[in-house]
Amino acid sequence: MKQFLSFVRKEFHHILRDRQTLLILLGMPIALIMIFGFALTTEVKNARFAVLDFSKDNATREITNEMETSRYFDLAAEIHGYNEIEDIFHKGKAKLILVFPPSFESQLQHVHNPQIQIIADASDPNVATTLTNYAGNIIMDFQNRYNQERKYPYTIQTRVRMLYNPQQKGTYSFVPGVISMILMLVCTMMTAITVVREKETGTMEVLLVSPVSPIKVIVAKAVPYLIISIINIISILLLSYFVLEVPIRGSLFLLMSESILFTITCLSFGLLISTATDSQMMAMFISLTGLFLPTIMLSGFLFPIENMPKALQVASNIFPARWFYQVVRAVMIKGLPLAAVWKETVILGGMAVMLLLASLKNFKTRLA
Amino acid sequence: MSAVQAYGLHKHYKSGKASVEAVRNVSFEVSRGELFGIIGPDGAGKTSLFRMLTTLLLPDKGTATVDGSDIVKDYKAIRNKVGYMPGKFSLYQDLSVEENLEFFATLFKTSLAENYDLVRDIYVQIEPFKKRRAGKLSGGMKQKLALCCALIHKPVVLFLDEPTTGVDAVSRKEFWDMLSKLKAQGITILVSTPYMDEASLCDRVTLMQEGRFMTTGTPGEIRDSFKKTILAVRSADMFRLLQDLRSFKEIEDVYSFGESHHAVMKDGYSLVNMESFLASKGHTEIYIQTVPPSIEDCFMQLMQYPHE
Repeated sequence: MKQFLSFVRKEFHHILRDRQTLLILLGMPIALIMIFGFALTTEVKNARFAVLDFSKDNATREITNEMETSRYFDLAAEIHGYNEIEDIFHKGKAKLILVFPPSFESQLQHVHNPQIQIIADASDPNVATTLTNYAGNIIMDFQNRYNQERKYPYTIQTRVRMLYNPQQKGTYSFVPGVISMILMLVCTMMTAITVVREKETGTMEVLLVSPVSPIKVIVAKAVPYLIISIINIISILLLSYFVLEVPIRGSLFLLMSESILFTITCLSFGLLISTATDSQMMAMFISLTGLFLPTIMLSGFLFPIENMPKALQVASNIFPARWFYQVVRAVMIKGLPLAAVWKETVILGGMAVMLLLASLKNFKTRLA
Repeated sequence: MSAVQAYGLHKHYKSGKASVEAVRNVSFEVSRGELFGIIGPDGAGKTSLFRMLTTLLLPDKGTATVDGSDIVKDYKAIRNKVGYMPGKFSLYQDLSVEENLEFFATLFKTSLAENYDLVRDIYVQIEPFKKRRAGKLSGGMKQKLALCCALIHKPVVLFLDEPTTGVDAVSRKEFWDMLSKLKAQGITILVSTPYMDEASLCDRVTLMQEGRFMTTGTPGEIRDSFKKTILAVRSADMFRLLQDLRSFKEIEDVYSFGESHHAVMKDGYSLVNMESFLASKGHTEIYIQTVPPSIEDCFMQLMQYPHE
């Protein structure tokens, strides 16, 4: 035990003395949360739009006015002919143009089938889709109100309710994603690198020619990273709760325990990589391309798993982050208890045990 | 029981299709308390041999025991009782001198205080820097620290792989002084080095080349086995002298050796012929003297003509 503690102390020395790396390890989660929370949002605000109004009646003015007063749009220009449309988009003056046909209001009142053309700049398809949706909603609202005033008998109204995330905030999905990303990066990559570093510098050679079981040395390496990870989890949760206003609806204790379980899985993964590689470059390469990228792609964090081809859906099962991501979403955003995530928990635990056993078995007591 | 016994040790590496024979059929014995030197150029197989004896590599053929324990079967026992200092500086550069020592002491379940006597002579030299990070030490200091770390658990056999490579002349001398002190405490030491001048400081030496032990014995025995005459030759123009000597037919081999050139003479050579030859080449201040062969002379010959 005294030996083990002395190893842990040594590892802390290594980490604490490498200030730059430590700063990155502790600063990265904060930076990522801030970037995802504020910069990388799919919401579009104050997009410029233009109006081509051939009727200029009360209805069209009201719609234009509502667009402009919403927080999503700013009126950039009023144009007077189709020939100006291209120009508006070329000069980037607007992202979206509303075209009202002549005598719009009378069509609305008498024919009941008026049309509004929405032309969007789809060179950025995501923005275009979002903007046309916003515009469509605003027009729909107008129509509903208009109909109510006039008491038309046949209208179907849908009332959509977005449960758990009524405002559809992107941060709700980013926070669980960032937690799994950070833990993967800190635990898997750093553990793999730090063990392989001992091989590269030759200290592993000296450690091997000693009575200590090398497993002790290696597990001792994981301890500081476990602690750093816990600090990271806490800082991510604090930031997302207080700054990004993401709720923690489930039990905080359950959330922490699940995170620690995932951390251990990642650490075991790192240890396995370290037993299989001999250079830091290789260890980094394997952790990044073999683990980190698939984690981002296949965990459901950026792209919904349901939309993937069947083969990828199956493949996504082997990545621990996929399960952890579900757990965090369930516990944090939906507020579910352990009973709802026991399957994921068992899978994560099983993965940790298997990876740990594999790395123990794979560990070489000699050089070659 | 000898400290180290090896029979027919063999190790080869595969690099692609080519197979490199690193150690070929090496057998030797080292007695207890002996300072045994393995001299050989880079790539001779010294490190592979040390790694087999310290249980880091498995031999392809042959067996060996260290302090009575088999290097394959009883590798755990050996790891308890040997000290190993690899050729590359293998301590933690970001830990201080003191922290490194304490760490290696705990590795062997002991402490600096417990075995202070053993390392005192060496440790006092680095003690003023004990708070300094190991990476910031000079080359000689690093070697002393590494030696301390390898000694901290009072090993029965100490393996030092090229401990003086890349160390300045003064530190090298100090290092060898420390080794003789350790020997006096009864520790068996195996040391490898590429420097031939260090051979005479060992109790017994061997010359290793291309994986083989060429000759083994005390420095005296090796010198006595050398039967040819060696002449030390000097003149005013030493560079031209070396080239001219090479063209002289009665000389078997010539190489520069310190301040003079050493000429290994063929049997039945004539000093008179040689003097007149050099004079005819226009050399002045010619000085020729017979010298007893040094161990370096013997090794130079062995390396030149390995199969004689």
